[in-house]
Amino acid sequence: MTAPADNKPLLDVRGLTIEIDTRRGPAVIVDGINLTVGKGETVGVVGESGCGKSLTMLSLVRLLPNKIRVKSGTAEFAGRDLLKMSKSELRQVRGGKIGFVFQDPMTSLNPVMRIGDQLCEPLIYHRNMSKADARERAIELLRLVGIPGPEQRIEAYPHELSGGMRQRVMIAIGLACDPELLIADEPTTALDVTIQAQIVDLVKDLRKKLNMSVVWITHDLALIAGLVDRVAVLYAGTVVEDAPVNELFARPTHPYTRGLLASIPKLSDERASRLSSIGGTPPEPGRRPKGCPFAPRCALAESVCHERVPVLEPVAGSTGHRVACFVAQRQMMEAA
Amino acid sequence: MAAEPLIKVENLVKHFVVRLGAFGERGATVYAVDDVNFDIFAGETLSLVGESGCGKSTTGFTLLNLQKATSGKVLFQGENIVSLDEKRMRPYRRELQIVFQDPYSTLNPRMTIGEVVGEPILFHKLATKAELPERVSRLLADVGLPARFAQRYPHELSGGQRQRVAIARALACEPKFIVCDEAISALDVSVQAQIINLLLDLQEKYGLTYLFIAHDLAVVRHISTRVGVMYLGRMAELASREQLFSNPLHPYTKALLSAVPEADPELEKTRQRQILTGDVPSPLAPPAGCRFHTRCPIAMDKCKAVVPEWREVVPGHHVACHAVEQGAAG
Repeated sequence: MTAPADNKPLLDVRGLTIEIDTRRGPAVIVDGINLTVGKGETVGVVGESGCGKSLTMLSLVRLLPNKIRVKSGTAEFAGRDLLKMSKSELRQVRGGKIGFVFQDPMTSLNPVMRIGDQLCEPLIYHRNMSKADARERAIELLRLVGIPGPEQRIEAYPHELSGGMRQRVMIAIGLACDPELLIADEPTTALDVTIQAQIVDLVKDLRKKLNMSVVWITHDLALIAGLVDRVAVLYAGTVVEDAPVNELFARPTHPYTRGLLASIPKLSDERASRLSSIGGTPPEPGRRPKGCPFAPRCALAESVCHERVPVLEPVAGSTGHRVACFVAQRQMMEAA
Repeated sequence: MAAEPLIKVENLVKHFVVRLGAFGERGATVYAVDDVNFDIFAGETLSLVGESGCGKSTTGFTLLNLQKATSGKVLFQGENIVSLDEKRMRPYRRELQIVFQDPYSTLNPRMTIGEVVGEPILFHKLATKAELPERVSRLLADVGLPARFAQRYPHELSGGQRQRVAIARALACEPKFIVCDEAISALDVSVQAQIINLLLDLQEKYGLTYLFIAHDLAVVRHISTRVGVMYLGRMAELASREQLFSNPLHPYTKALLSAVPEADPELEKTRQRQILTGDVPSPLAPPAGCRFHTRCPIAMDKCKAVVPEWREVVPGHHVACHAVEQGAAG
């Protein structure tokens, strides 16, 4: 499923920096993120709460909340910079070429609108469909995401559906206009595991059928292991490691990625054996330390880590694996 | 494992009556916990797992008499504690503690950490006011927090630190038994591992017994001695950790385990998942017979009419399913 290397990526984010207004003045919360998504590629964006993963994606379609804004950077989508588009151009992209699925379907769906009408809205707006055609397509979409009895369910209000069903409706809306890129922000976090497995299977199936690119934002490394082609690991507003999925799990290189993977309980663990954990907590947004943001929690940190910010550099001996860590980079130099 | 259980749960039932309709004109019953039986042995970690609404948290609350049981017994040191009023319950409160999911809403924002942790000590008269600061700093040390945190307020602490405070508060009155109700679910992965380690250390140090209520099966597999699986208010299966994860018997347990993703891309590519169709039915109107029959891949006619009996099919392995043979090896 990896995109051919000679193709230009569908989405190319460079140097994206986001800041927030605080009482002490503006503070950087996303610091110079680079991220690419190839045609037909599925990329997992992984990180803990407050690492900036959701804000990064919201900024692409210019849906950032008040007091938070893009300070610098570009985000080319199919060759056009999303951050510089006019509002009318942007409207064509949002919900059209880029579909969005948010975490909480209860707050993202309009509670006083039938789900059928919410599904028809983008079709009528983006595709100039007639009401009757849109309705037919809406039923087809509900069937596609596995909602039984779509002809009746299309008349339902969100509160009449279960959490899993509402999330399917969200996915159907995200897919309504056959987007080239689907951005899914923790789409299964609020769901039970058996329903999560249904949704993951559905997305896997659909991206194959529609040759769609997907960005899947999550905090759950286990979940994306079987789902994505490539993973970008975020920590405190920076990408610390970026690698093909197999490579990331086989050779995690950044101390944070290694710590995250080690803190997940494994099938083979002895009962009640100690889990390796990362000491301390992530820095609060806007209180990022000078130097490498992970340095205060890092067991390997050296003096340089507290002084300067490392940038993503290729990992020796593999393609497409990059890491931002002075210690890992030096160890690779020494090994070479 | 001791022969005599620390806690014996017998035919525990908890029904809620709710009012429906815009004016509450219709009454309805939520069958939250229905005829649940299990033992908890001293020093073990018994986990209850299941999906939202399966009744696992209600079981924990009812067992501690924080909610009145509709019927059934919970025997602790020979006393049926669910029949006690609040006053007669008080001595048992000291020995039976709970840690909740959300450390943001369970700590009083106007009390310092020292007051939060010290309150149960004074209430149960376990120390004098003069001895209190010493006791509090020892408890904070137990949960890995420096003594100076006693002067701080909850809003100054991170989620992981707050959960440590909630654990210190539960430990304050030297309990025998702690219910951990989704105690690590709200924490980030890297912090979650810290709290799991802490719970394991404390169990060893003080010989604690845990009822661990969680939905994350990877965590449950890591810390449990035995695991009970609940579905829609009833217990589906209960077995040792090894038995349950290597030889699940109930079709719901099988589906639940197969839905858990593993952090291994190679394994995930080849893995055959058994994906359940449909949603969990409403506990307001649970299906007749076996409550799982509407989603069960092997349901028979009998399952639609007859409630499967809760039985021990091999020693230590309980299951409620018509399709499982006595002495079944899976």
